[in-house]
Amino acid sequence: MTNSIIHILLALTMPPLLLGVIGKTKAAFAGRVGAPFLQPYYDIIRLLRKGSVFSTTTSWVFRAGPIVALATTAVAALLIPFGAHQSPISFDGDMILYAYLFALGRFFTMAAALDTGSSFEGMGSAREATFSCLAEPTLFFALITLSRLSGSYSLSGMLINISFGVWLNTGAALLLLVCGMFIVLLAENCRIPFDDPNTHLELTMIHEVMVLDHSGPALAIIQYGAALKLFVLGAFFVHLALPYATGNSLIDWGLFVISMLELAVVIGMVESAMARLRLVRVPQLLVAAAILAAFSTLLVIR
Amino acid sequence: MHSALQGYFDPALVALVAALVIGCAGIPGLFLRKPGPGQILSTAATILAAMAGVPASLQLLFSHTTTTYLLQWSLPFGPCELVIDPLSAFFLLPVFIVAAAGSLFAVGYWPAAEHRATERGLTFFYGLLASSMAILLMARNGVFFLMVWEVMALSAYFLIVVEHERENVRRAGIVYLIATHTGTLVLFVYFSLLAAQTGSFLLPPVGSLSALSPYAAIMALAAFVGFGAKAGIMPFHLWLPSAHANAPSHVSALMSGVILKMGLYGIFRSLTFFYEPPLLWGVVLTVCGIASALLGITFAVAQRDLKRLLACSSIENIGIITTGLGVAMMGVSSHNPTLMYLGMAGALLHILNHSFFKPLLFLGSGAIIHAAGTREMNLMGGLGKGMPRVALLFLIGSVAICGIPPLNGFVSEFLLYLGFFSQLKADSLVYLVLLAPVLALVGGLALIAFTKLYGSVFLGTPRSQAAAHPHEAGWPMLLPMAFLALLCLLIGVAPQLAMRLVSPAIAAFYPQPFVAEIPAGYDSVLGRLSLAGILLLTAVVLVTLLWRWRLGRGRVATAPTWGCGYQRGTARVQYGATSFSEFVVAVFNGMVRQKIDRPTLGGLFPRSARCSDVPTETLLDRVIVPLFMLVGAWSAFLRRLQYGLIHLYMMYIFATLFILMLWAH
Repeated sequence: MTNSIIHILLALTMPPLLLGVIGKTKAAFAGRVGAPFLQPYYDIIRLLRKGSVFSTTTSWVFRAGPIVALATTAVAALLIPFGAHQSPISFDGDMILYAYLFALGRFFTMAAALDTGSSFEGMGSAREATFSCLAEPTLFFALITLSRLSGSYSLSGMLINISFGVWLNTGAALLLLVCGMFIVLLAENCRIPFDDPNTHLELTMIHEVMVLDHSGPALAIIQYGAALKLFVLGAFFVHLALPYATGNSLIDWGLFVISMLELAVVIGMVESAMARLRLVRVPQLLVAAAILAAFSTLLVIR
Repeated sequence: MHSALQGYFDPALVALVAALVIGCAGIPGLFLRKPGPGQILSTAATILAAMAGVPASLQLLFSHTTTTYLLQWSLPFGPCELVIDPLSAFFLLPVFIVAAAGSLFAVGYWPAAEHRATERGLTFFYGLLASSMAILLMARNGVFFLMVWEVMALSAYFLIVVEHERENVRRAGIVYLIATHTGTLVLFVYFSLLAAQTGSFLLPPVGSLSALSPYAAIMALAAFVGFGAKAGIMPFHLWLPSAHANAPSHVSALMSGVILKMGLYGIFRSLTFFYEPPLLWGVVLTVCGIASALLGITFAVAQRDLKRLLACSSIENIGIITTGLGVAMMGVSSHNPTLMYLGMAGALLHILNHSFFKPLLFLGSGAIIHAAGTREMNLMGGLGKGMPRVALLFLIGSVAICGIPPLNGFVSEFLLYLGFFSQLKADSLVYLVLLAPVLALVGGLALIAFTKLYGSVFLGTPRSQAAAHPHEAGWPMLLPMAFLALLCLLIGVAPQLAMRLVSPAIAAFYPQPFVAEIPAGYDSVLGRLSLAGILLLTAVVLVTLLWRWRLGRGRVATAPTWGCGYQRGTARVQYGATSFSEFVVAVFNGMVRQKIDRPTLGGLFPRSARCSDVPTETLLDRVIVPLFMLVGAWSAFLRRLQYGLIHLYMMYIFATLFILMLWAH
């Protein structure tokens, strides 16, 4: 029960901090002081206080977009285990629900973008649709590998099972999986090299351009939702790459928070060191990720 | 088994009478001079019959009973039985529900007053089609089955060519007619072989034939080709998109929602005849199924015609169902009850689901075409403002067909995924799990296809004059759509209820004792799923409340969409349907291509030019069409037999009969 409460509290409060850490890392690489760690929180609170502007073209679908996107991510956050602790909701097959919840959020985000009638937002949603469709098989290959390794059909069972012992036995498969899932993590969260969350208007934009017309509280919901999505997908990834566990509940929570921050630093480093890919290269990288994950699946089920 | 005439309200008798009433519903209209009353009468009769037929089918399903009637006929094909068992009762549900929904929709969509010339025939054949499907599910004599099959196929033909003054409608009709008769030809082979094996035209009981005899493989192949052609499974799908796109929308709903399922019913029923089927059967079904799913949805993504997109997505859904059936057959062959149960439950539930959301979408497309006057998605846009109710119902259908929670499409795909994953712990059939990423890719593509459809039709601003002033559909059109949407939501939020329907049908399929043990475990999983669905709806409400609360505090203004500094954007700079899918079609270049005629612009002031695009299927253009051309060239000499003189044709028939009689002696 305590663990569930900590889980929900962390999911509610911690996500924007990751964005702050990423920003700070990038600033450090660029030799700047950078915005404070808590800047994303200030931004969200400021946006919540602002007024809204709605396009005359839009209908209720536009207003529903951010809401459904956040709600689906929030439910997904309840399915994924944080650190060595069971998730609040766990049942056989919850990984399928986890994957499809994001699809629901995506449907409404894309519909909201198309509702504005803007060519830029239409372009963004067409790209988002294509890329996320290509990223989908990677996640499923990962789920298969994890399910085979743990013998479990629920996210909690298959993710908590990963430990350094498992790494020793099936290191090759897990390494391939980590590479594939890191690519998907960056693509799904619209980070460099797929997308740049800091600019809006260049033609390579994907996610950011879909939310051009949102303002005020709706934009706050979108930003918080994006941070939560990074947090939820990051928690999945952290299980694979940094499976720390001690057995002591409190220490494990601390380790989870630390490993999430490490992940944020790594993402910040990648963003500092890399440039954005050309758009036509993006599908190739995503297919490569799927093939890496497929190899890892073949290694464990052969 | 117990005989008929037990009580006055024998549910099987009610279902039979309901089927006959639907078949006769269109007849009075043929003789009434005034247009209108006939259609109303037919609709009322159909709805009343469905209201009797659905509870009767449910009762037959829940009570696990099998009712047999003996039809007295004087034809030399042995006794003719009409049997309703749980499998038939299960397939009867969509027949009654969709027939009634489409019939009510027709009152608003194809009103007799505006379509004096065609309405009578349409109403008559619509009833005949629905009725023949219901009788087909009860027919247990091979010859009688084929007769009803032919009535069904021909009434569907007359429904497709209702608007026969249009060239592409006639073409679609001819292609359909050829395809359906090629399928029927194979079915003749199938039923003849079956009769040769059993010694009678009565269909054999469950598990009575050995699957290992050399004839069994030929029979299974003939059944797969003959019924698969009707179901639209991949290589036999060629007729499907144009036929479904060119029929009136409520007919498309019935065709996509139910007729395709009749082909699947044939495959399901045929598979019950054999015991110990070899693993290969399951493998063939699975491979064809997953290929149909992937290619079908890829074609759907590339379409720009609203109804063709929906038709191609039917190929996808039939593929998903066939995959489930194939997995279940592998479970039967390898004596694995879990695999068999999950595959069968997923397949059967998807049959039910698809016959709710696909008719919903086709009826919705009828309302859209009514309002916008075109099927071309690139010319629509912004219809959601003029017809908000249709837009909402269509949204429910779109989300459901993408297999997204909390609607019904997700539940059946969830069961299939569980089936794929279930072999991970075992050592046999482990590779089955590789279907999961493919199905995930199919799901991702479905999401593209339906955001494209929904976005370019209902959202944004109108791209043409015709779409600029849509009108909301009337209640006869909205009511059936709302009913189907409600069913989608109901199954999505309470999947346990749907499993009650599916379980008896599975038990009828393989009445071994093990079937009864499994469902309890999955009931609790489905219970968790419905809790998650409710949680999701709660989360949506909570976030909405948060947003409303903050929205109330701030200033709310309206302004035009931000054009990134460009002031003179028109509706035509929006991303259209073709542009939305262009990127992904380029990624899947091998299977489907968008042939785009781009004008070359020259000079400082280029003259106006036209750009057009046509989606093309690689398989169709590179393989099938050349193959048909070749066959056509080879059999050109046969044309000499065709003179267009009826007495000559009658002489052919006489000569054939005479030779056959000589041969028989």
